Amino acid sequence: MQRQILAIAGVELELFEAGEGPPILFLHNGGGFAPDQPFVPLLSAGHRLIAPSHPGFGRSSLPGWLDSCDDIAYIHLALMDRLGLRQADIIGCSIGGWIAAELATKSPERVRKLVLVAPEGVKVGPSDRLDIPDIYATPAEELERISYHNPAQMQIDPSRLSDEELAIRVRNRETTALLVWEPYMHNPKLRHRLPRVTAPTLFLRGESDGLVSAEYVAAYARLLPNAQVETMRAAGHSPHLEQPEAFTRTVLQFLEAAR
Amino acid sequence: MKAWHFSENAYPYLPPADEYPSIRVSLPNRHYDPEKGAALYDRFLDEWLIAEDEGMEIMLNEHHQTATCVDPAAPLVLAALARLSKKARLLILGNPIANRRQPVRVAEEMAMVDVLSRGRLEAGFVRGVPYEVLPANSNPVRMNEREWEALDLIVKAWTTHDGPFSHEGRFFHYRAVNIWPRCYQQPHPPIWISTTSPGGAARVGARGFVQATFLTGFDGTKAIYDAYRRGWREAGHGQDVPAHRLAYAAMVYTAPNEADARAGAEKLLWYITSNKVPPYFANPPGYVSVQANVAMLRGAEHPLSAFRKSASVEGAIEAGIMFAGTPDQVHRQLKKLYDHVGGFGHLLIMGQAGFLEHDDTILGIRTFARELYPRLKEEFPDTAITGVG
Repeated sequence: MQRQILAIAGVELELFEAGEGPPILFLHNGGGFAPDQPFVPLLSAGHRLIAPSHPGFGRSSLPGWLDSCDDIAYIHLALMDRLGLRQADIIGCSIGGWIAAELATKSPERVRKLVLVAPEGVKVGPSDRLDIPDIYATPAEELERISYHNPAQMQIDPSRLSDEELAIRVRNRETTALLVWEPYMHNPKLRHRLPRVTAPTLFLRGESDGLVSAEYVAAYARLLPNAQVETMRAAGHSPHLEQPEAFTRTVLQFLEAAR
Repeated sequence: MKAWHFSENAYPYLPPADEYPSIRVSLPNRHYDPEKGAALYDRFLDEWLIAEDEGMEIMLNEHHQTATCVDPAAPLVLAALARLSKKARLLILGNPIANRRQPVRVAEEMAMVDVLSRGRLEAGFVRGVPYEVLPANSNPVRMNEREWEALDLIVKAWTTHDGPFSHEGRFFHYRAVNIWPRCYQQPHPPIWISTTSPGGAARVGARGFVQATFLTGFDGTKAIYDAYRRGWREAGHGQDVPAHRLAYAAMVYTAPNEADARAGAEKLLWYITSNKVPPYFANPPGYVSVQANVAMLRGAEHPLSAFRKSASVEGAIEAGIMFAGTPDQVHRQLKKLYDHVGGFGHLLIMGQAGFLEHDDTILGIRTFARELYPRLKEEFPDTAITGVG
């Protein structure tokens, strides 16, 4: 996998690329993108996989003016301009899904098909209840339990990571807080913009996802003109990490249908 | 040296600590009895006024959604003290301006208290401790930037007297700032800033504000004061940094005999031992630097968290976060820290906590004020030059 740093709209943007074929723009979750994640070779086998680190994540810089998923959507549109991508399939996971949804409302014609994996970004429930549990008021063990189908398998031992890798993980967490703190996990404007999206859209949700509920995803999908929902077995909030093969299979099936 | 009586207005009548995960943020207020709370407010106000009668100054602070400090609107208590007290300086340390969404309102509140007290206000500003971000719903990322923009805006609101000005900054936006009343003191009340790390202290020194630090002990305090002095000198304020620019907050209990002093000191430890806060409230993302968080993932622990696990009077005295004993003993302990850090001009006395009852609190205040304070004033004058020799 190739890695480079591009200057995009005032951001030093880290960009990974692998494979050849129809382009897929992959927008990572709050944990960041890593080229050794098992779904990467599967997804790039027949596609050109383009995976930027969002501003403030990985080795991408974070300009002082930037503080929302809405802002990041513009950076990734500028990235598509730079790469000469008139249109691409876009996959976004968690807050990456939120960013993908924002992007698709701004320039619907740039998105051929859209895959939103356990996305946040809208508020669908009542005002006296959080749609997404407060990850900043939840003990770490409980957070792991509601994030994964099999938390034990997903645990990372900090002592096996370098200082740079640890610093990236800490910074990813910090930038996520910057983006989602208030309004918590949503942009109140987004739901009113979603009817603009023209791309056929697949919502994917892990059956054990304790952060993004089935009701939330169903309500979110109803805000888009052409969306369907699929549930992935034996997966939590990150199906691409817990079930890379089934994830890739489901996504490619959707992207390649009636191409 | 000036000594300040500081009370956090704690509400100690709580269920056993193992029955709740956190004393801050999430402890249900059904545990708060307003009758008992009203009696506590009366008592704490009385204690401040007794400290004033004994020649000490007055200090208060603000926290939110916590039994450790039931003073979520310190300017309200400050306003009451402005009318009840007569001569003491009134230090609020401070206004949590990284979490206050209307800095101009803070400027108004402080100007009003300054006028009410006829110029006795010392206006302190703090970033706010990490557990304050949830109650305020305040983003823990970029708090320093917000604090400094808010502070500059407040100073400008205090010092502009020719009609409205506008402020279109990064975090705050106003079209017509023109506060009434203006401050009593000119050009504005003295400004204090608290920090517990050297990083911020250099900037405070460069601005020449009073630097306060809380429970940072021997080496932590020295590093902060050194950074302050460096910032002060580099900004061109001169080589000499006067003691009245530096303040230190410690738990202090002075009594005529060792047994009473020991009993009072044990009760003061409540400050530390009661502060049960889980990591997810104590360290929100972005509150401390990436490097500090990496160090914590590698096993580093905050000195106060480590201390809390085996808190003792001896340990606290040894760490320089408590001075307790007879007047001579407290003098010795205090001088040791004073010499180690290069001197300071303000002793912020955390003189009441938890179950330290009224009579015990008063004994501590009076013994300190009558038996020790005169010596401190003489031996450590406000005008002493710090960080030399």
